[in-house]
Amino acid sequence: MNTLTTDLKRLGEVKAPVGFADRLLAHVGMGDSYARFETVLGPVYVAWNRQGVSAAARFATALEFEAWFRKEVGRKLVEAVAPPDLSGKVDDELRGRRRMRFDLRGLTPFEQAVLRKTREIPRGEVRPYGWVAREIGHPAAVRAVGTALANNPIPYFIPCHRVVRTDGKIGNYGGGGPEAKRAILTLEGVRLKRLEELARAGVRYQGVKTTKVFCYPTCHTGRHALEKNIVWLHDEASARAAGFRPCKVCRPAAVA
Amino acid sequence: MDVTERLFERMVHEHQDRVFAFGLALTGNRHDAEEVAQDTFLRAYRALATYPPDRIRELKQKAWLHQIALNVVRNRMRGIRPRLVELNGSEPDHALGPEDDALLRMEMDALAVRVSALPARYRDAIVLRHVQELSYEEAADALGQPVGTVKANVHRGLKLLRGDKDEHPDD
Repeated sequence: MNTLTTDLKRLGEVKAPVGFADRLLAHVGMGDSYARFETVLGPVYVAWNRQGVSAAARFATALEFEAWFRKEVGRKLVEAVAPPDLSGKVDDELRGRRRMRFDLRGLTPFEQAVLRKTREIPRGEVRPYGWVAREIGHPAAVRAVGTALANNPIPYFIPCHRVVRTDGKIGNYGGGGPEAKRAILTLEGVRLKRLEELARAGVRYQGVKTTKVFCYPTCHTGRHALEKNIVWLHDEASARAAGFRPCKVCRPAAVA
Repeated sequence: MDVTERLFERMVHEHQDRVFAFGLALTGNRHDAEEVAQDTFLRAYRALATYPPDRIRELKQKAWLHQIALNVVRNRMRGIRPRLVELNGSEPDHALGPEDDALLRMEMDALAVRVSALPARYRDAIVLRHVQELSYEEAADALGQPVGTVKANVHRGLKLLRGDKDEHPDD
């Protein structure tokens, strides 16, 4: 009698498998999972939870990524096998098809607004920091936009590399320094040399004589204009004076 | 992280072993036990999200989790297997557990197999009373049965486990 009930009692002292709680909490979105993905940019570590993708970074080892994540995001992190659809989403997203959901909890409303707006910049195009600031209704907060982008927890997928300095210089990059920024933009089809030449010449906008519209130089709506119809413009005032209106797609100036 | 999430996190850490052991005794193997434990906590998580604060405060966590786990096991037995995701594709290590003693582990697994093979009414009563060490009142609550019924079922169940031949369960 007694041995049986003692054994039953010991059965009740069996422990849950190692890591059970962490996996469970990660699954309900109270912690994150991560995996390494081979991408067009090389290997990238991506973390996700139920809300969506929460972080991405390029590191040599998983340990470095884990340490970075704990410091930046502060939640639990467990290595996992990626859900079957995530690899496809990672590839699509880097190829310019927007399919990912993101978890931006933990960021301020301002930072979230900056990152959401940045996501609207199409692949192959760039916008100045001031454009992001104006678009989100804080036209004076250009530096704050720069800081928010520098702290972007999901670079590559939220394309902070597509935001450049107003003077046309490429600017700094949290995802691996200016060189990495140049490499990614080139991969996306931005003609950096041309962009920098234009910037050095003080050119901000491209106007098209036939349509009387002016755009950012990388805007896709102006891409097929004939060379003879293009006018290079230095600022908004002279563009308007010459009878041009801002493009409604890239919005180089507030549409009056 | 909001209040409910913090409560849930504490609940998982405090009760994970108990719920896993419960699942092991009811199902007889560690793989199913982990699925039961997962599903129990996932249900608890979803339920907590819908509960008003005072209900969460008054919650008797232990009894509540046992009730959920019992339902999970019953549904599995009826063939209603919820679509259980392999949590984050993890591969739980069933070969190496926290128990250092491999022999004890084998004994426990063998006992779990015997317990789980009992007719459900005896199995549930015995596991609640003797594995989980709930009082008869708590076990009766979790099962939704009168205390006397639970006592009788525990008694008969123990006899069956000991291999007494004169007990004939009518199912």
